[in-house]
Amino acid sequence: MARVAVGARAASAFRGVAAGTGRTLLVLALTFFGLLLVTFLIGRVVPIDPVLAAVGDRASAETYARARAELGLDLPLYQQFAIYVGKVLQGDFGRSVLTSNPVLTDIGRFFPATLELATLATILGVGIGVPLGVIAAARQGRWQDQVIRVVGLLGYSIPVFWLGLVGLLVFYARLGWVAGPGRVDVGFNDIVEPMTGLILLDSLMEGEGEVFANALSHLVLPAAILGYFSLAYVSRMTRSFMIDQLRQEYIVTARVKGIAERRVVWRHAFGNVMLPLVTVVALSYANLLEGSVLTETVFAWPGIGAYITNSLLNADMNAVLGGTIVVGAVFIGLNMASDLLYRLLDPRAR
Amino acid sequence: MSQRAEKPLGWRRWLLAETPWSRLQAELGQAYLAALSFARNRLAIVGLSLVLLLLLIALFAPLLATHAPDAQNLTMRLHPPGAAAWFGTDELGRDIYSRIIYGSRITLGIVSLVIILVGPLGLVIGCAAGYLGGWLDTVMMRLTDVFLAFPRLILALAFVAAIGPGIENAVIAIALTAWPPYARVARAETIALRHSDFVSAARLQGAGALRIIRRQIVPLCVSSVIVRLTLDMSGIILTAAGLGFLGLGAQPPSPEWGAMISSGRRFILDQWWVAFFPGLAICLAGLGFNLLGDGLRDVLDPKQR
Amino acid sequence: MRHREWVFGGLMTALLVSPAFAATPKDTVVMAKQIDDIISLDPGEVFEFSGAEAVSNIYDKLIDFNIKKVSELHGRLVESWGVADDGVTYTFKMKKGLKFASGNPITAADAAWSLQRAVILNKTPGFILTQFGFTKDNVKDRIKASDPETLVIVTAKQVAPSFLYYCLTANVSSVVDSKLAEQHAKGDDFANEWLKSHSAGSNAFTLRDWRANEDYTLEANPNYWGKKPAVKRVVVRHVAEPSTQRLLLEKGDIDYARNLTRDDLNAIKSNPQIATQESPKGNIVYVGLNQKNPNLAKPEVREALKYLVDYDAIQRNILSGTYIVHESFLPDGFLGAIDDKPYKLDVAKAKALLAKAGLSGGFTMTMDAPGSSPYTDIAQAIQAGFAQGGVKLELIPGDQKQVITKYRARNHDSVLLYWGPDYQDPHTNAQTFASNPDNSDSSPSKTLAWRNSWNIPEMTKTTLDAVGERDAEKRAAIYESLQREHQKISPFIIMFEQIEVAAHRKNVDGFIMGPSVDTNFYEEIRKN
Repeated sequence: MARVAVGARAASAFRGVAAGTGRTLLVLALTFFGLLLVTFLIGRVVPIDPVLAAVGDRASAETYARARAELGLDLPLYQQFAIYVGKVLQGDFGRSVLTSNPVLTDIGRFFPATLELATLATILGVGIGVPLGVIAAARQGRWQDQVIRVVGLLGYSIPVFWLGLVGLLVFYARLGWVAGPGRVDVGFNDIVEPMTGLILLDSLMEGEGEVFANALSHLVLPAAILGYFSLAYVSRMTRSFMIDQLRQEYIVTARVKGIAERRVVWRHAFGNVMLPLVTVVALSYANLLEGSVLTETVFAWPGIGAYITNSLLNADMNAVLGGTIVVGAVFIGLNMASDLLYRLLDPRAR
Repeated sequence: MSQRAEKPLGWRRWLLAETPWSRLQAELGQAYLAALSFARNRLAIVGLSLVLLLLLIALFAPLLATHAPDAQNLTMRLHPPGAAAWFGTDELGRDIYSRIIYGSRITLGIVSLVIILVGPLGLVIGCAAGYLGGWLDTVMMRLTDVFLAFPRLILALAFVAAIGPGIENAVIAIALTAWPPYARVARAETIALRHSDFVSAARLQGAGALRIIRRQIVPLCVSSVIVRLTLDMSGIILTAAGLGFLGLGAQPPSPEWGAMISSGRRFILDQWWVAFFPGLAICLAGLGFNLLGDGLRDVLDPKQR
Repeated sequence: MRHREWVFGGLMTALLVSPAFAATPKDTVVMAKQIDDIISLDPGEVFEFSGAEAVSNIYDKLIDFNIKKVSELHGRLVESWGVADDGVTYTFKMKKGLKFASGNPITAADAAWSLQRAVILNKTPGFILTQFGFTKDNVKDRIKASDPETLVIVTAKQVAPSFLYYCLTANVSSVVDSKLAEQHAKGDDFANEWLKSHSAGSNAFTLRDWRANEDYTLEANPNYWGKKPAVKRVVVRHVAEPSTQRLLLEKGDIDYARNLTRDDLNAIKSNPQIATQESPKGNIVYVGLNQKNPNLAKPEVREALKYLVDYDAIQRNILSGTYIVHESFLPDGFLGAIDDKPYKLDVAKAKALLAKAGLSGGFTMTMDAPGSSPYTDIAQAIQAGFAQGGVKLELIPGDQKQVITKYRARNHDSVLLYWGPDYQDPHTNAQTFASNPDNSDSSPSKTLAWRNSWNIPEMTKTTLDAVGERDAEKRAAIYESLQREHQKISPFIIMFEQIEVAAHRKNVDGFIMGPSVDTNFYEEIRKN
């Protein structure tokens, strides 16, 4: 499913750039407004009474009515929306009922966990996926290509939550190669002062080798599993870009000149593929943010995906809205960034 | 395709004639060539076989299953795979093999429903927006922008949470999140076709916009939409399973594969088979559709690989 | 600062060594538990299971009951107490020289302030106190410190004294350090905002940190007046999956796993490193049958359905070790609790009853149930049982809050849920299961009887009168007969009572588990 969406996203990004920054900003604003409206409406029709989340099932009628008024739920819908948009524009996403923190504070805490996961996954996915894609293209139609194709297609076919469960069973429970769910062992909690919120970075900066080791051992499995899905996408895209290049005339010329095949593939062809790959990597990164919803559930990873899901199931609508807007923003941002990079690096691109 | 060798040579020559006498002959010839190239792709054949197998399993589920999918036997809880239960039993003593067999019906049902909803919807919106242009195009494309700005699973999750869990609602939610890319694809093709000669010819003959879209544009967009649908099927299967896994899709006692994994998750350490086999089924079904779609794309849409 | 191991060393350790020597620090006890229900740790507001447990380790109460024998009360912060002959004036004498964790002395003024605060804030558990007639306008007169050592409480009308006493053992009646709290008050919030995540108590622990959906950390209170805890710190970490909890326990990453299922418990039985401890908890699992459904409104149908549940098989195969069969609305240990089990699976009898109701061909109904373990399993087993009697049960699993929302709107046919007592007096369950003062849709009192549209004016009167009975024996007798009548006619299929099981590493013990969530204490936990 990712491919189609991604292709379309890429297309939209292209058009945005061509039309100039001003229009892009307008589009962005409209998109955000739509995002707000859709999430807000969904939030209001969830068949969970939001007051229940705040005061529970046993509160007296009086307590219940007061909480309802405090949440602003006694106002008409359009007023609630107007108030909400007004606050969001001032950077106030409201307070989460579940955590009793301001939603922005929560996001600041949960987002780095997802970022850490998605980043490592992308590094793994790109680091392995790109060479695989190049090999597949160079050996097009031969067994290497077929194997890589199946590996890639499997990545589109395996449910990530299932792979996560099986991974936990094998590598944590049976083999004991990696640490289990969560970001660090309990004993390592609170040793590192969060500066960036990325435990790996924080522990390195503070020189806490053991914390780093422990956090890495927790991160490896979920990142590898997410990374596999990134690999599937990246390797296929690389292959198709490479095949396009290998058909070009300059490649034929180079081969005729007697330049070693390895050099032809890796220097000449691959050099020209790097640009479009930047776009692919950025899009794959954005997709991983999404893919982390299920992974985080399986690995008890305290990230933004788990935060949104959990809030949604508990009708904590401020949290859902805030989380979705942030993820949506990052999504859009990454699309635009990849596009910008493309434009900066390649003068031929319009 | 297996009959290829048995066909009389005359047919082949007729099909492959360089100067066909009729449109029918030309089209059949094209189809034959496509089939040939498809058949040469071994992986695509594997995919086709997997999909056919899935269809057959769903069709003959009552004959293939050894037990009723909902038959509980609390004294046979969590039995390992063996002669009595080929894939073992689950937490209520139900036969996992039989449940997976019946589950194929649900999976195929979801996939076909989503396709029936999404394909035409995306096609119509995309073609209309692309052909008519103007404010309709702008509005439609901004709408798809909004939908594409959402992470898809989160959007589906939100929809299901709003309209309540269940298989029908999961289908609606997936469809709601799945149509924008199709609209985009159809729109792009339409814009490319809009100024082509035959469309201009039709316009000159006085055909209205609606008629042109219906008769000229839509048929030409169908093939690329179909390729994308096939490739998207495993995505639909995965999203449905993901919703089932989070408890928002098919509901017990329905033997939906994702929901089965979800309930087997509790037992993954000791009774691995409860979650393992449904997951394997999802993989194989998804892989079948992917290999098939991949092969189809190579054949129908040689521009992109 | 730990020793520096740079990237490469770190990598190697991570990949090769680290899981092998996992163990928790010596002075710290680590528990894995589902604690995502916590929304506040303010004792005047806390009402969630996990929050209640944390708060009862941080705050002390005036009096408490013996967890081995609930009918026995003892003083915690008071040395004596009693009720005057007028039946409404209660006097409590504070112990001398006790201090809060902050070092402030504990006085009757603190106790009065805490109770007033709970009534005026009137958060979710506020009703436990307001049911004695306290309002935000009269509470300062009705609950006050007549001198630094004496607290006087005047109830609106005469009730069984034990009723008030047990309500004072609830978390909402915790004694808060008023001096400390008032420093953090904002406007008229009585420091509610601050106390959500900070502590001002006097029990064995103080709150160091709470991070929603992640963990809370308690630290030993240096000023605790009782025996000081043996460990410095207790970390309770949120781990949603029981199987994950078990894995962590087996690996030694944690000391206690608190939410293991029957299957996890079976699997760790053979592990020599792990032991379990258990205690009945008052949580009761039941099916509610909405009387708005014309079929379910027929008494024969209600009785027939009670005969279509295979209580024993479900308990044995799905719940053993974590629930026992229990068919009456008062949990074991409560005043007036009975052990009668009049129902078991009897398909023939059920069919006869259905035929009598004119439904020999069976009928179809729906059941809402939380989509989590063990409710999904129980629901499906009930579904199979009902099917034997020709009753087609369609399951509608949902998130628990969603099920409750629908339940409160009375839009269900039937519902599978649990009920936990709010305090240790029988009235808590009797009121909800057996009283319905106003059956209209707009009723302010949404008791379980109301939610199932069960209109019972007579039983309501019996139930509400029972709290006024000052003779404990007579009061017990009323509850006993009430429950027997309830078993016969009520639209509740009461099935199971929970047993809470905690699994722990053998080298750690001393966790005290009482009969309710707010009587689980960490103070005697030791690590060897």
